[in-house]
Amino acid sequence: MTLTVVGISHHVAPVELRERVTLDADAAASLARDLGDAVCLSTCNRTELYVVDGEDPLASLEQLAGEPLDGIAYRLHDEAAAMHLFRVAAGLDSLVPGEGEILGQVRDAYEAVETGPLLDRVFRQALAVGKRVRSETAIGESPASVSSAAAALAAQVFGDLKGRRALLIGAGRIGELAAANLSSRGAEIAYVANRSARELRFGGKAIGLDEIPAALADVDVVISSTSAPETILQADLVPSRRRRPLFFIDIAVPRDLDPAIQELDGCFLYDIDDLEAVVAETLAGRRAEAERAEQLVAEEAERFRSWRASLDVVPTLASLRAYAEEIRSSELAKVRVSDDERRTLESVTQQILNKLLHLPTVRMKEAAAGTNGATYADAVRHLFGLDDE
Amino acid sequence: MIELLFWPALLGYGEAALAYASPRTSRAATWGVRVGWLAQTALLALQAARADGFPWGSWSGSLNLFVWLVVGAYLIWGCRPRYRLLGLGVMPLAAALFVVSRVGGGTRAGGNAHYSNLFLVLHVGFVLAAFAGFTLAAALAALYLWEEDRLKRRAADILRLPPLGTLERLTWRTILVSLPLLTLGLAAGVVRLRQESKGLDALEWLTLGTWLLYGAFVVARPAGRRAAYVALGGFALVIVARLALSAGHFA
Repeated sequence: MTLTVVGISHHVAPVELRERVTLDADAAASLARDLGDAVCLSTCNRTELYVVDGEDPLASLEQLAGEPLDGIAYRLHDEAAAMHLFRVAAGLDSLVPGEGEILGQVRDAYEAVETGPLLDRVFRQALAVGKRVRSETAIGESPASVSSAAAALAAQVFGDLKGRRALLIGAGRIGELAAANLSSRGAEIAYVANRSARELRFGGKAIGLDEIPAALADVDVVISSTSAPETILQADLVPSRRRRPLFFIDIAVPRDLDPAIQELDGCFLYDIDDLEAVVAETLAGRRAEAERAEQLVAEEAERFRSWRASLDVVPTLASLRAYAEEIRSSELAKVRVSDDERRTLESVTQQILNKLLHLPTVRMKEAAAGTNGATYADAVRHLFGLDDE
Repeated sequence: MIELLFWPALLGYGEAALAYASPRTSRAATWGVRVGWLAQTALLALQAARADGFPWGSWSGSLNLFVWLVVGAYLIWGCRPRYRLLGLGVMPLAAALFVVSRVGGGTRAGGNAHYSNLFLVLHVGFVLAAFAGFTLAAALAALYLWEEDRLKRRAADILRLPPLGTLERLTWRTILVSLPLLTLGLAAGVVRLRQESKGLDALEWLTLGTWLLYGAFVVARPAGRRAAYVALGGFALVIVARLALSAGHFA
């Protein structure tokens, strides 16, 4: 079994490309099922396909992108792929290292599909790594998600967000987190605009998307994070704001807001790529914790590698045990004794067999964790004639 | 002896002017400002102690006092890390003006006997304190414009700068505090002119125009870039007034 990951992320692809390959949860799960034993992790910053054996997932990504991705998409195998997933789940590969949203996104992607033993193991371990990094390091103590960075930028424009009014476009998970960050800084979520006009727990007035231009005159901050495939706010619909700045954060992929808004007087617009550049500047204090987190990830990657390597000797160990058990059973069958005596003999011979096989089993697994697993397995199969059966 | 204090003050200001250029040395720059300002404070105290009258009545003496007021105003909150760029604008100017003051003899002991101490304290002291405030407001406004441009360009290091809204508020408050000082200084000057039955000269008309501009600013409270441009325009008048002062207002 070979684990392969193929993907693109904010490290290698601009938002224009990422927005073409971003999939919603249903489409991602559907794509994963089409690929066989696979998981599709698709967020605003990355789309990655984790596949065990099966067909090359790069073709699927290129089909979404509408262009060849040679030199852009990355492809990793086995331990490298697992290590990558662990780093992703720990938030170490995120736009803001240590951010917590990605762990939930990894869980959602994993739980959306049925997986085989290898993917099951690597994703469960990845979720454990993510939790461990958060519990054993301080990397996630201060909010450092995309949404909190967005709120920090809003505060950069206004100084103090108390009394500032915000319009939230889209009521998805990231939108709610952004609203929570703005609220914690004192802003009032005045309006929530989405297709279903659903009210949020923050108390914002629900409005439809067609009411956004009118609401702009009444707000200071606009955060947009819908999954709409097209631009939902054009620059010519934004009112003049000379006396009061209007700050737009577009964390949607594809982008929701017309980039020309940035050119308007009194308006500032940051998209998700701009956020990446900004948050990279704020990470100095997190670097020490990130180093510790990397060590934890490396430990877990080593555990995975050992587990993965042990799979190489498992068939040999199973064959050896079956061979020994067959001898034990056949020899016992030749003995004529009472039932009580037979039970005693069964127990004693079973214990002898277990003790005899214990050390070879341990040593083979140790060898498998190193580089000699296959050699030991071959030797055992040769010595005991396991291939002759 | 008094003039020996000029050197540690200049050294502090000069070091700050250079050290603010790099984030790595900005902490050293802050200490340079503090040490320099303390040395200049001692210099001014000694000048006041040894003078018979108001020691900063000459243009160079008033420049010495002006530098001290500007740096003092800056010290109130300008040494915070996010305001490093403000120091980069203020401290080279302060160091340069301090040197000019010394060249003109403003750091020596002695006073101006032509005017009463009370008038000089009220007129020169208040006007210079107001000008120092306007200088700081202009630096804040310049920083505002620079940062706004950085925001428009989506600069990555934007969170290291003071919030844009805070800069706007500080500019307005600095002018709000400085304007009454200018009002008091002008009032003292007008009272003296009436006593001497003189009319307003060009400098006094200019200063009155400056007062009107800043007064309109406080009342109208413009926002955003417009506020910054008005603050900088007012500062341009302050510069002209300072130069005219050097040309012989007290001569």
